Amino acid sequence: MKSILKPLLMVAAMALGISSVTTLPAQATLELNVNKGNVEPMPIAIPDFQGGLGPQISEIVTADLKRSGLFAPIDKAAFVEKITNPDASPRFDDWKVINAQALVTGSVSKEADGRIRAQYRLWDIFGNTQMAGEQFFANDANQRRVAHIIADAIYEKITGEKGYFDTRVVFVDESGAKNARKKRLAIMDQDGANVRYLSDGRAIVLTPRFSPNRQEITYMSYESGQPKVYLLQIETGQRELVGNFPGMTFAPRFSPDGQKVIMSLLRDDGNSNIFAMDLRSRSTTRLTDSTAIDTSPSYSPDGSQVVFTSDRGGGSGRSQIYVMGADGSNPHRISFGDGVYSTPVWSPRGDLIAFTKQSGGEFQIGVMKTDGSGERILSSGFQQEGPTWAPNGRVLMFFRDSGGGPKLVSVDLTGRNEQPIPTTNYASDPAWSPLLE
Amino acid sequence: MGRIAALTRNPAMIALVAALAITGCASKKTPNSAADLGLNGAGAATPGSAQDFTVNIGDRIFFDTDSSSIRADAQTTLARQAQWLNQYRQYAIVIEGHADERGTREYNLALGARRAAATRDFLISKGVSAGRLKTISYGKERPVAVCDDISCWSQNRRAVTTLSGAGS
Repeated sequence: MKSILKPLLMVAAMALGISSVTTLPAQATLELNVNKGNVEPMPIAIPDFQGGLGPQISEIVTADLKRSGLFAPIDKAAFVEKITNPDASPRFDDWKVINAQALVTGSVSKEADGRIRAQYRLWDIFGNTQMAGEQFFANDANQRRVAHIIADAIYEKITGEKGYFDTRVVFVDESGAKNARKKRLAIMDQDGANVRYLSDGRAIVLTPRFSPNRQEITYMSYESGQPKVYLLQIETGQRELVGNFPGMTFAPRFSPDGQKVIMSLLRDDGNSNIFAMDLRSRSTTRLTDSTAIDTSPSYSPDGSQVVFTSDRGGGSGRSQIYVMGADGSNPHRISFGDGVYSTPVWSPRGDLIAFTKQSGGEFQIGVMKTDGSGERILSSGFQQEGPTWAPNGRVLMFFRDSGGGPKLVSVDLTGRNEQPIPTTNYASDPAWSPLLE
Repeated sequence: MGRIAALTRNPAMIALVAALAITGCASKKTPNSAADLGLNGAGAATPGSAQDFTVNIGDRIFFDTDSSSIRADAQTTLARQAQWLNQYRQYAIVIEGHADERGTREYNLALGARRAAATRDFLISKGVSAGRLKTISYGKERPVAVCDDISCWSQNRRAVTTLSGAGS
């Protein structure tokens, strides 16, 4: 994927006649503090980009920003000024009257070599100034990525946080009757576009997770008869068994450096313990040794700790969240709320742990601090589970079955912005990639 | 939970629930249907056949929510299974552990495995050779009953003893 798409900032700076992209945020008055509790979406105007492909690209940018819940794109019918030259200063007053805080103009054109060239400018309306301008070249096949990259740039310029739109999601595509469900590994862009299948559906596949290098996933499959954890190279389709354990292996995740896979191994007595396997040396380390179900391990982003669930505390299968050192030291319980906790996932920012909680006949998606304090429920439903973090740690995706079958849903950390993720079939077990490069 | 247990301990109620599941929940007519629960009556199957095992012995047991304890009714079924399996030693056996959908996928894989192991250990305690027994967990991925209420969940929390052809 590298080198397909090059943000040419310096070229952009010259071509667009701005001094330097990096100095611009300093003079900006336009900002959105996403760390405040209650964020009003910022009104933003995004007229169709110029050029044949322009409207398609600006539509994707608009949809990305809208779905984030932080921006409120203004209806184009309300626009006063018609943008004809996206490189010229807009009539700021015309945008003030419709209360646009920000304006994005842009154009998309074809180069002689077949590539597309996309450029955008972000205008601070009440500051009467240009905030940013950049230009990108891309292969035709990467049109949508260009749009996502522009959306990420706008998101970052205004919020000060990294975006998450130029990302993909691996998931389990589900079709057929509930008692004969076909499950296939699939990958798509975070907005549901460009779906591609990675397995044929003959064997049950579950819980795919991205490697930090974006090139491979680890998942569980019944293809050999016995359920086992595998690695899959996304581009080549090459598969490989992880480890040579006698029993079922499940619930895999990569370490933050991508060198290890941590997972559960079934013991002969029917309980499950957590192991880590080094992918280079093939050596395995046992991290837990209990007569309990220890599962769903997830590393902290610095790799020093592991969060997992265990029912070792007893009380008829009351699974709770525990944290231990990455070497298995000092396991201690951090969840003490009323309910059953599962699928803890450490935020890529390190500050929070997302989880599934069963309480009062409902399934909830929530977050807590890494010491277990500050629990907040973001979403409740009859049946939902399996949160995964957007790479910026601001949004979660999970799956919900409201009857019939599971569908993907995203929710932001305020819990107020829930969005369905469109998929052709039923879908479960989403796992978000890091930002692409 | 007490109510579910009461329901499933009463064979007549099991039959009723199963029948409802078939008509009301689009459950397919498979080995997982009413025949497993003894509705077809005895005598049709050749003694020692897989059908004999399923119809006359009962190939599955049920569990309470979140539990892998072998209930009293299940102990009776497993004792019957063990006696049959000890008589017909040509079969290798795979015990499937299953969970209902009221839990997360990963936890249910582990729970299904625990149920399969508990079932295996019970059969071993009744004299079935450990070498004939394998286990596999399907978690909540293979429900037999597909409505969204407790009558289905109680049928899905199960361990199924399957005969995988001639054993060694």
